[in-house]
Amino acid sequence: MKKVTIDPITRLEGHGKIDIFLNDGGDVANVYFQVPELRGFEQFCVGRLAEEMPIITNRICGVCPEAHHMASLKALDDLFEAEPPDAAKKIRELLYMAFYVTDHTTHFYALGGPDFIVGPDAPPSERNIFGVIKKVGLDIGKQVIETRAQNHHVIEMLGGRKVHPCAGLPGGWSKPVTEEERKELEAIAKKNIDFALFSLKTFDKIVLNNPDLLELITSDIYTHQTYYMGTVDDENHVNFYDGMVRVVDPEGKEFVKYHPKDYMEHIMENVESWTYLKVPYLKKIGWKGFIDGMDSGVYCATPLSRLNVSDSMATPLAQEHFEKFYETFGSKKKNGRYQPVHFRLSTHWARLIEMLYAAEHMLELASDPEITSPEIRNLPSGKAKGVGIGSVEAPRGTLTHHYVTDENAVIQKVNMIVGTTNNYAPISMSLKRAAEKLITKGKVIKDELLNKIEMAFRLYDPCLSCATHHLPGTMPMIVKIINSGGDVLDTFTRD
Amino acid sequence: MTKKPGLSMYWASSCGGCEIALVNINEKILEVIDKFDFMFCPCLLDTKKKDIEALPDKSIEITLFNGAVRTEENAEMANLLRKKSKILIAFGSCSNDGCIPGLSNLYSAKDHFDTIYLNNPTVSNPGGIVPQRETEVPEGTLHLPEFYDTVRTLSQVVDVEYFIPGCPPESNQIWDVINSVIEGVKLPPKGSVIGAGTSTVCDECEKIKEDKKIDRFYRTYEIIPDTKKCLLEQGIICMGIATRAGCGSLCPKVNMPCSGCYGAPDGVLDQGAKMIAALGSILNLEGDLTEEEITGHTNKIMDSIPDYAGTFYKFSLAGSILKNSVRK
Ligand code: SF4
Ligand code: SF4
Ligand code: SF4
Repeated sequence: MKKVTIDPITRLEGHGKIDIFLNDGGDVANVYFQVPELRGFEQFCVGRLAEEMPIITNRICGVCPEAHHMASLKALDDLFEAEPPDAAKKIRELLYMAFYVTDHTTHFYALGGPDFIVGPDAPPSERNIFGVIKKVGLDIGKQVIETRAQNHHVIEMLGGRKVHPCAGLPGGWSKPVTEEERKELEAIAKKNIDFALFSLKTFDKIVLNNPDLLELITSDIYTHQTYYMGTVDDENHVNFYDGMVRVVDPEGKEFVKYHPKDYMEHIMENVESWTYLKVPYLKKIGWKGFIDGMDSGVYCATPLSRLNVSDSMATPLAQEHFEKFYETFGSKKKNGRYQPVHFRLSTHWARLIEMLYAAEHMLELASDPEITSPEIRNLPSGKAKGVGIGSVEAPRGTLTHHYVTDENAVIQKVNMIVGTTNNYAPISMSLKRAAEKLITKGKVIKDELLNKIEMAFRLYDPCLSCATHHLPGTMPMIVKIINSGGDVLDTFTRD
Repeated sequence: MTKKPGLSMYWASSCGGCEIALVNINEKILEVIDKFDFMFCPCLLDTKKKDIEALPDKSIEITLFNGAVRTEENAEMANLLRKKSKILIAFGSCSNDGCIPGLSNLYSAKDHFDTIYLNNPTVSNPGGIVPQRETEVPEGTLHLPEFYDTVRTLSQVVDVEYFIPGCPPESNQIWDVINSVIEGVKLPPKGSVIGAGTSTVCDECEKIKEDKKIDRFYRTYEIIPDTKKCLLEQGIICMGIATRAGCGSLCPKVNMPCSGCYGAPDGVLDQGAKMIAALGSILNLEGDLTEEEITGHTNKIMDSIPDYAGTFYKFSLAGSILKNSVRK
């Protein structure tokens, strides 16, 4: 292989890398968002024992290992044709709700939220969890820490480990819940509801009561009309753990509703030679490039997407906020359901509504006496059938695992469409839009550009092998501006 | 006021779980920030790298290095942080032993590309495109870093003072290490494994051991084990016997076998080899058997394990004596 000297820009291994090209007039010609990292799970899982996939694939991501664990388990249930007993399903789902609460909490207070809570124009050194604590008080910082701690405690109690849980098996779960644990789970779920309501109130106070922020949310720099994807239950409520995948068009009409097993009929991926990440699109519409609209196969799978594909929420408090969400943005009802909201920054609000739903549903599950049943496993009765497909809603989008095995249940082929990957095209488009707005005739407003690009990026909460998640909550990135002659005019970095 | 000692954390090729484990020390993170100059350098921006280069040698007190070394940048950074840090700690299984992503060493870079970009059920790629180091687009040239052939551990690249094992290390163990530094406890000799025990997970495990021999192995989906008893003695391959203590036997606690994330215990060079040897000694070979019959029987039982690399070297392939010699 040809040896090429590594350009300094590639130091962003595992992070986003953005190249902005200008035309002769100094306006944006194109923007490329590259993902310069590949870890290769789809290859090295070949040869592994199928039943180990839940603990192998969770190492894809230490931020959402629970999502991989669950998607993998559902693929195994299918592979071994072993339906878990109800109690096992409920335990899985309960763990998953606790995970959603902690994940969305982290995002709102430490990663994405600071843009709003501290303010979009605050210096980057303050737009982080510490800035949030300064603005809303140390007490709240402590509550955030406590919410994370309690829900990680739940994950360990049910799943064996706080990071990379290990208790899932095809057809069930390895550890039952005791009555004592159930009571504790109930208490934690109640606290989660309070915390979610408090977070929504905070959002209300700081964001919705601030005309400038509302204007920013609804400005066209952060608006894209695309298809939306999400999983719904049989009443078309948002569901994170199970159901059918529903896709609606930019006008809110159901485009398709399919069983996750049929994903190959609906999703295709495009390969570009300039990035390691594949770009998925709706197969029936086709790949038309990084563009929005009815004729483009680009879809988005985020908290906002999940609300947009659903008719309503399954729990009462979340439903109240769901209605308020659509009413606030002036969405009209058509055929009994709200028209989609296209303001991408409203994803932050959608995330909080999801947090509330997760907390309420966690309480339902924890109050269900069946959850303490010792019947938590169904042993597969026969051999592996050769194919297993499973999907869940990961916080960052629909997550699909697909395994092909031999009769010994040894993996022969793996395909995975990972949460963030779904949003590769939308993220790229949002970045381009931000660049177009802030660069005209070669004039670049550096700080604002970085801020606006960062906000566009963060609202998707992208998890590029978790590269964008690190403690201080800032978003590491490098932006290069290149003129029509190929000269690099400027390189901005933020770390 | 004297300057606070510097604490840096860098991730190389990593999943982010090691960082989550650090954040999971919860409110104690506030104390860490209080006691140390917390110098996160997770992203290798050039400017940032220059800042680090400008520091006097050995001026960072402690660097926690998580993730494996997969790229030239990872290696460069390992060298730089080595130079600038008094104490360089390999943090987590990836930097200690290569971890699960180290199984990638079973295949070449080309294998990966073929599988991921060409022979994949949802990829539409009639042009046979795979990522390139350089791509000409209408507007100019785009560059990608090379995807290297192998995953290496930190100590295969630079000299390392200490090793904190685990995937990820348990938060209470992380805190114990940080706290003992805060309290000025004398550190163990260079090369030691810290934040873990010296013996095996079995020693921490409360399952009842009866010194039972086994007739066959079970895959985890084939059996509902007695939750009070040792899993290995019921025929489930539990790596606890060849894995370092430190986690408190988390997986067996929820009735799942240890998969070996804390690596080899003291005195054991190769975790997988140790496990295979241990299995040999618990197989039921009672009765009047000739040596030949014993070998035949042992082979038959061992053959029922269809994935040696993934079973015995799940976390330690890159760091093991096997390294990449098993590549297909
Ligand atoms: S050791 Fe485990 S938790 Fe840490 S980076 Fe590697 S895979 Fe992730
Ligand atoms: S082999 Fe596993 S189950 Fe048995 S004692 Fe050791 S750790 Fe516990
Ligand atoms: S039991 Fe084994 S695999 Fe599980 S956490 Fe402990 S060392 Fe890691």
